[in-house]
Amino acid sequence: MEEQNQPGTLSEPKASQENTAPSPLASAFLRDHPEWVSETTFALGETTLVIPREHIVAACAFLKSTPGLEFNFLADLCGFDRGPEEEPRFEVNYHLFSITKHHRVRLKVVLNEDDAHVPTVTGVWRTANWHERETYDLFGVVFDNHPDLRRILLPDDWQGHALRKDFPLRGYEPYSLK
Amino acid sequence: MSTTLNIPPQFEIVDRPLDTQMTISMGPQHPSTHGVLRLELVLDGEMVVKSTPDIGYLHTGMEKLFEYKKYQQGIVITDRMDYLNPLGNNLAYVMAVEKLLQIEIPERAQVIRVLTCELQRIASHLVWLGTHALDIGAMTVFFYCFREREKILNLIEAASGGRLTPSYFRIGGLMMDLPAGFERRVQQFQDAFLKAVEDFHKLLTGNRIFQKRTQGVGYISAEDAIDWGLSGPCLRGSGVAIDIRRANPYTGYEKYDFEIPTEPDCDVWARYLVRMREMKESHKIVQQALSRLQPGPVKADAPKVVLPDREAMKTHMDALIHHFLIVAEGFDVPAGEVYHPIEASKGELGVYIKSTGGPKPARVHFRGPSFVNLSALPHMSRGAMIADIVAIIGSLDIVLGEIDR
Repeated sequence: MEEQNQPGTLSEPKASQENTAPSPLASAFLRDHPEWVSETTFALGETTLVIPREHIVAACAFLKSTPGLEFNFLADLCGFDRGPEEEPRFEVNYHLFSITKHHRVRLKVVLNEDDAHVPTVTGVWRTANWHERETYDLFGVVFDNHPDLRRILLPDDWQGHALRKDFPLRGYEPYSLK
Repeated sequence: MSTTLNIPPQFEIVDRPLDTQMTISMGPQHPSTHGVLRLELVLDGEMVVKSTPDIGYLHTGMEKLFEYKKYQQGIVITDRMDYLNPLGNNLAYVMAVEKLLQIEIPERAQVIRVLTCELQRIASHLVWLGTHALDIGAMTVFFYCFREREKILNLIEAASGGRLTPSYFRIGGLMMDLPAGFERRVQQFQDAFLKAVEDFHKLLTGNRIFQKRTQGVGYISAEDAIDWGLSGPCLRGSGVAIDIRRANPYTGYEKYDFEIPTEPDCDVWARYLVRMREMKESHKIVQQALSRLQPGPVKADAPKVVLPDREAMKTHMDALIHHFLIVAEGFDVPAGEVYHPIEASKGELGVYIKSTGGPKPARVHFRGPSFVNLSALPHMSRGAMIADIVAIIGSLDIVLGEIDR
């Protein structure tokens, strides 16, 4: 991922400040449930596990409850749009943190545009509620079985999803109740 | 005559004469909601049956804007998010970009970052304390708090030129070094501050009205607090000793000696005590940072990312070229993604940056602590009185600029 001639690397590349434990974490996961992880990357001191969406709830519950991993804190959940020409188009990132072990991991689910559905993880952490509403609002990713999937930042009758790459930065449409 | 307006279901007026419940809208212009927060309260008499926060009134599409700005232009946007803790936002953002670029910043810049961020944390807590007490009815504290906060804002203005929107940190270091005599002025503030904290305690902590209004109000247990993703003083007020400065140290916080205050009571009172103690801890860190200040550079040795000094620009051809390229075209950031959390004054402030190469980010996401802390408000306010809602909102210390982004 990093080339040799990138800018800003004139000083020595330093080790990550975060005390994540990448390999034991990923290996514990892979040993018990190899079919849940489709890709593992370790870059810039952060571990990323790409999870097929049908396993995301089970994977989150596993990470939360397994002794030694104990990812009991969902720090963040956010979406990303790779652009309308890309397929799969959307990513949903789950940033997990362990209150007891102080390590972090990122889970990633990739979704196609015509089927941008992912099961909700509100059953695992209730804090996912607003994060998922925000991702639904700004990207149009639908979280199945979410208890209260409404728009959160934009008005209820807003057209389109603002953080998609094909949504314009500015426009002159007058706002009105439909 | 039929109306063409399609009224959303939550605004429909339902006539239930035998029902004692009443739905009222609190905000968005209510002075105690700290901005433009609207709460939909279902009341049974004075008891809150259900509260539903309605946010988005201050949504300005900042995360969209980041994707159209160069990396260094994003710093000024971060100032406008949590406008009570702008240096914390600057720090989280520039550190995330530095992590993508893998730049090491010099020691003096790190110490100044810690020094100014801790001053900013005190300033943020002072606004919280003043407005929280004001909401509950104690007006005097507000003036004492803002007197102290003014001193900090003057210090930040001396360093950066801006009081509320400093944009003091740059990718790879600082905008410029501290002005002459800055240490002496910080020391003057430091000498007077502990006395001021004692004054706050005299005004509030022993005040029976304040105790009655806060003790046992807004209860959230440690398990629930973790489940709802609370962070910062709200989580520590439920007895969970977690602080990102200790858990995942950054900017050299592992070298500083400070405690993580926790309180076991899980209520508004506990969160009040945690923040009061945190101000003293920040005071300690500022004192240590002052003693660590050694002369040295404040910008990293990365000429393709960091703007050159004016003197070098006038004498060196390569410095001039680099200056032109950085300003006109920006600098390329290698593809990758980072999530960088810091302990802001309100909790875990995480910045997620996705780069696909080039001078502009593909995605910048801010995990605002206020956003997540507010989402637990319905849980904390079940069965509370309507006046307690004001106390609970105050104890969460929310800033709508960060929630709505």
